[in-house]
Amino acid sequence: MSEISTREELIKGNKGLKDITDDVFSPIVAKPNKLWFLGLLLAASAAAIGIIAIVLTVWKGIGLWGVNKTIGWGWSITNFVWWVGIGHAGTFISAILLLFRQKWRTSINRSAEAMTIFAVICAGLFPLIHMGRLLLGFFIFPYPNTRDVWVNFNSPLLWDVFAITTYFLVSLIFWYVGLIPDLGTIRDRMKTKFKKAFYRILSFGWTGSAKHWQRFEVVSFTLAGLAAPLVLSVHTIVSFDFATSVIPGWHTTIFPPYFVSGAIFSGFAMVLTLMIIARKTMNLQDYITINHIELMNKIIILTGSIVGIAYLTELFMAWYSGVEYELFAFINRATGPYWWAYWIMMTCNVVSPQLFWFKKLRRSVGFTFFMSIVINIGMWFERFVIIVTSLHRDYLPSSWEMYKPSIVEIAIFVGTLGIFFTLFLLFVRLFPVIAMAEVKTTIKNK
Amino acid sequence: MTKYWKSLDGNSIQKKEDKKETKSPTNRRDFLKMFGFGLASTFVLSRCENAAHKAIPYLIKPEEITPSMANYYASSFFDGDKFNSILVKVLDGRPIKIEGNDLSTISQGATNSITQASILSLYDDTRYRKPKINGVDSNWLAVDDQIIHQLKKIKEEKDKIAIVSPTIISPSTQKVIANFKKQYPNTDHIVYDSISASAILDANKESFGKRVVPNYQFDKAHVIVGINADFLGTWLSPVEYTKQYVQNRKVSDDNRKMSRHIQIESGMSLTGSNADERIIINSSEEQNVVANLYNYIAKKLGKEKISAHSTQVNVQKLGDELIQNKGKSLIVCGTNNKETQLLINGINQLLNNYGKTISFTHSLLIKQGNDKQMLDFVNNLESYKGVIFYDCNPIYDYSANKKIEKALKNIDLSISLSTIPDETSELVNFVCPANNYLESWNDFNPKKGIYTIAQPCIQPIFDTRQEQESLLKWAGIDKSYYNYIKDVWQADIYSKTNRIFDFGNFWNKSLQDGILELELKQAEPKYKYTLESVKIAKPKPDLELQLYESVNVGSGKFANNPWLQELPDPVSKVTWDNYAAVSVALANEKNLKTGDVIKINNTIEIPVLVQPGQAKRTISIALGYGRTVAGKSGKDIGADVYQLIKSSDYRPYQLSNITIEKTLGFREFATTQMHDSMEGRDIVRETTLDKYDVNPESGNERHKEIEKLHQTLYKEYEYNGHHWAMAVDLNACTGCNTCVAACSIENNVPIVGKDEVLKAHEMHWMRIDRYYAGDPENPEVVRQPVMCQHCDNAPCENVCPVGATNHSSEGINQMAYNRCIGTRYCNNNCPYKVRRFNWLDYNKADALGNNLHDPHGLTENLPRMVLNPDVTTRAKGVIEKCSFCIQRIQEKKLKAKLENRTLQDGDIKTACQQACPANAIVFGDLNDKNSEVYKLFKQQRRYHLLEELHTLPSVGYLTKVRNNKKS
Repeated sequence: MSEISTREELIKGNKGLKDITDDVFSPIVAKPNKLWFLGLLLAASAAAIGIIAIVLTVWKGIGLWGVNKTIGWGWSITNFVWWVGIGHAGTFISAILLLFRQKWRTSINRSAEAMTIFAVICAGLFPLIHMGRLLLGFFIFPYPNTRDVWVNFNSPLLWDVFAITTYFLVSLIFWYVGLIPDLGTIRDRMKTKFKKAFYRILSFGWTGSAKHWQRFEVVSFTLAGLAAPLVLSVHTIVSFDFATSVIPGWHTTIFPPYFVSGAIFSGFAMVLTLMIIARKTMNLQDYITINHIELMNKIIILTGSIVGIAYLTELFMAWYSGVEYELFAFINRATGPYWWAYWIMMTCNVVSPQLFWFKKLRRSVGFTFFMSIVINIGMWFERFVIIVTSLHRDYLPSSWEMYKPSIVEIAIFVGTLGIFFTLFLLFVRLFPVIAMAEVKTTIKNK
Repeated sequence: MTKYWKSLDGNSIQKKEDKKETKSPTNRRDFLKMFGFGLASTFVLSRCENAAHKAIPYLIKPEEITPSMANYYASSFFDGDKFNSILVKVLDGRPIKIEGNDLSTISQGATNSITQASILSLYDDTRYRKPKINGVDSNWLAVDDQIIHQLKKIKEEKDKIAIVSPTIISPSTQKVIANFKKQYPNTDHIVYDSISASAILDANKESFGKRVVPNYQFDKAHVIVGINADFLGTWLSPVEYTKQYVQNRKVSDDNRKMSRHIQIESGMSLTGSNADERIIINSSEEQNVVANLYNYIAKKLGKEKISAHSTQVNVQKLGDELIQNKGKSLIVCGTNNKETQLLINGINQLLNNYGKTISFTHSLLIKQGNDKQMLDFVNNLESYKGVIFYDCNPIYDYSANKKIEKALKNIDLSISLSTIPDETSELVNFVCPANNYLESWNDFNPKKGIYTIAQPCIQPIFDTRQEQESLLKWAGIDKSYYNYIKDVWQADIYSKTNRIFDFGNFWNKSLQDGILELELKQAEPKYKYTLESVKIAKPKPDLELQLYESVNVGSGKFANNPWLQELPDPVSKVTWDNYAAVSVALANEKNLKTGDVIKINNTIEIPVLVQPGQAKRTISIALGYGRTVAGKSGKDIGADVYQLIKSSDYRPYQLSNITIEKTLGFREFATTQMHDSMEGRDIVRETTLDKYDVNPESGNERHKEIEKLHQTLYKEYEYNGHHWAMAVDLNACTGCNTCVAACSIENNVPIVGKDEVLKAHEMHWMRIDRYYAGDPENPEVVRQPVMCQHCDNAPCENVCPVGATNHSSEGINQMAYNRCIGTRYCNNNCPYKVRRFNWLDYNKADALGNNLHDPHGLTENLPRMVLNPDVTTRAKGVIEKCSFCIQRIQEKKLKAKLENRTLQDGDIKTACQQACPANAIVFGDLNDKNSEVYKLFKQQRRYHLLEELHTLPSVGYLTKVRNNKKS
């Protein structure tokens, strides 16, 4: 444990093992406060609005949206990529940081993984509902059928199907496996019969025996090994939706690394948003310390800078390629009718993260919270810029069009925010937000 | 050679009609009995998800009808304004498509968009279903009784009766009217045209002693000068003129000559946008420019000049070009000003064009209206006791409509013979609804020596009766119109032929061909100089207004046709609206932008469209909009500007001294194209004739360079059977929209309505892109029809996750609608953006009944009958696009197989190709080295759209060549 001694302590407040269990357990048994109920009410209302909008879309048709003959994808795919991107931080923290033995991840990995799952749920909604014929959506799976029709393995959308479903399943299992020891602890502490039974079922009969721990470790590492490449592959494949096409502004080989770093960038921003709220409202300042926030901010500088370099590389390549359509696409992004979206993206994603070079700002909770929101706005605009500004003026000027979202599209986006926060609020009441068992390994035994 | 069928025996139809008069309610049942099977099978095919409720097979199958096999019947279209010889495709008892009649020397197998779309008017739900007396449904017995009673009363009291009609070119109808006049001698027949040609007619009367429109022959002219005459779009006989015009515009590696076309005009017309050179004048300058041109030519040729004012237009250059091509030039003018038309005649005479490019042998007869007669009639309307409105709607299209409306209140007997409720028929006592033209017998004499027949292709759907039958009935002649026509033909027309056949055979052949052309030999009339009295008006400095006939809805008669309303204007690309086209300079001066509503002469509110190439002080507005009674689709679309035309001896379509006032209003136009510039891209490749003459590859140099780069890692498709391809000649295409209309009708392309077009949700499978280049005050215009390019290396095919769009072994990019789940990825990845998504259920083809979007009622039972059962209607949520008319390919392939022969080049014609009056589209098999498309693909003008993307399209374009010196 020499590593810990030379660095700032990960967990503050001189906690013992029992303290940790007490701290994490208390929100699960305590009566939720008014703030929680208010939050749930807001989130659930937003979710309800979104669900109404989704039902309307499926019932009436995509004609309710603002997409048109030229811009076939609008907010729906923007939101899809945005949500998938957000999910990436969770897997990055739990899988890649686990493999690199970054102990500090233990305080945040549980909620980051939960965030991943909820974000992927929100993301997965969009490709489904943006289909013209959702009821026949099952055609997209390669299932044996009497008509001998098969899916098109050349299509990046099909790769998406596999990538997203794999990602969702692995993340879910990984998260759940990580939860098992903690669920066992909660089961043991629960007094009421019903709650005890609930957690007994969920904990799969965990006893904490050495054999259990050994198996747990093996499974965790195996899943981490599986999940780690997914961090890179999922957004790579999502970027293929664009990179393999012929549309100027989409057709670029830089997309996979650019998308992956952008995803981690936005994911960490979302983790920060959630963690800063959670540590405040749930009294977890000792577990999620300024140190944690600073470490995450460092990752934000790194990935944000990669994204910035990617933007500049795109511009350079547009000029250097000598392809008139490419060059036009980028000039149009910066100076065309959607210039404001481009400059919001540039400001939020390239300029603002550079402020984290200042240690003072990096360690400021308020500023970090503000920045986390700014980055998520910026990353949403990145996807909007890529999708809408590339499509709205492509090859033939005769087809150039403008796009603005309809109220239904906006409602669906608000709805997914609602779904996300509803699930997250339920999560913090039902499950331990901090991976107790893992955090315990990072402190000296008292 | 297609065999054209005769129709059902006229006698039997007639008998049925007679019976119907007594028990009219059985009409629809009769129809169902006869065509029950057809209907049922249509519903099975067009609404896959709905079961057939009834299927009644033929007990005795008529000889010529095989269920699901189409028959073609020769017929004629004439709406009082445009004439077209047509073939009507009848499938299972329903007319579903109109094609041009190849045998016609007028239209030569082509049509225009109005003719194409007119088929929908047959199934118009808002048509009159039975006669009406004072707005109340009645029956024919009662109506005839009362009308005959009143007519007799008027006759006894020696009062006057008027029949008001547009030009009637039917010899039999003229006789019917003569018969009516014989019965009621105090009858006046007033003829007026909504778009008047009185000035041309009267000018020719003065110059040549014949009140006709001469036969213009654009194919014989090397230099064509059009002055405010949209002869490719709307003027007189545009299909015929387009056919002639393109003959000298089609250049090839072997023939590098083409005609030169100069257009002098105020507004940007379809014709002007195709001209090699376009000279912009304000409309009041027109006469003076013509006079100056006359003087210049007269001076050069040593003839007498007339007095004129000075002009800024360079008439010298123009005059020199015309003189160089003496006898091979043609100058036409669209104005309704007799003195200008006299000058035009004078110029054509000086240039020795009569007998060469203009002749009176086969004079055009489709315009015979007389504005003066109409003016007198309206002024003396009170003296008439009976008025019959025959196929006309003066309350809408004649400006003194208030006067007519007032007078009608005091006239006891006012009759309308309209098929559909209109502004006039709403005000009359008796509505005696006529049949649709596809339910009627008729004959026409569109040009001297050319006679055509129209035959019914379906029993009357409603309890209607054709106009002539009504007049015959009232005139006391008990004869069916069918027999009447036959008698007229026997007496008047058969006698003019060489009489090789007996009359029966002659009649059958004429009916089968639909057309009869007599050889005429006659001397050209002598020109009489009448320019002494011509006074040239001085151009005025005020704002001016020019009213023009809309290419899409014509004079407004077809305003209730949503197919026409949804066609984009060939110049502005605006649908579902008319607008005041103002010049860029005027817009800047008055601080106007597109969409601002202005008030003209304090009466009409209309939105502005800033139109490049518009004359500075002239505002142009299309006629034919602003109908107040016109079914579901035509009502209150745009503004009515007929009311601005002063009723006079020559109704002027050009008005001077107008005022405009900007209001606070703003209206967004439903345009299908938002961006006008090619942005310097290599989209439409063009060259000039002098360069092309030296090097046929000029303007298309990139093609070879790109071809050289052709390589691929993958195995290339091999087409061992057919390899379908299409060649589009950009030099021939005029942009008239006929192909777009024909495609939509053939392929059941839904109409989505103005609101959806505003959202860029229009569904047209093909479009005509229009770009401006150069000076916004006088731009060059290029056009390009774009449909699915059927790429051999299609970007859409790769990205569809379910393989719903894929490649056929014959090179067609095909859509499996049933497989499509609607991700729209293919549409995003299509560089040509030709794919269309069914945003809502436009076709009532969806399993859920709740999401129908059909603002114009086209999915109701009656309009649905127009659907082509050989083409699936697409449900909500699927992508659709041009299929190269796969159903036509399949049909002809099967036919060839049945006949045990190989397919011949030209067997298969796509809908767009068949309708095109400019022969700009050629479809065929690239594997057939003798095919026309193969030969066109060998031309050095051939290139592919965005070929640098290596999509390898099957559609090739031929570069545009301008006969213009400046590069």
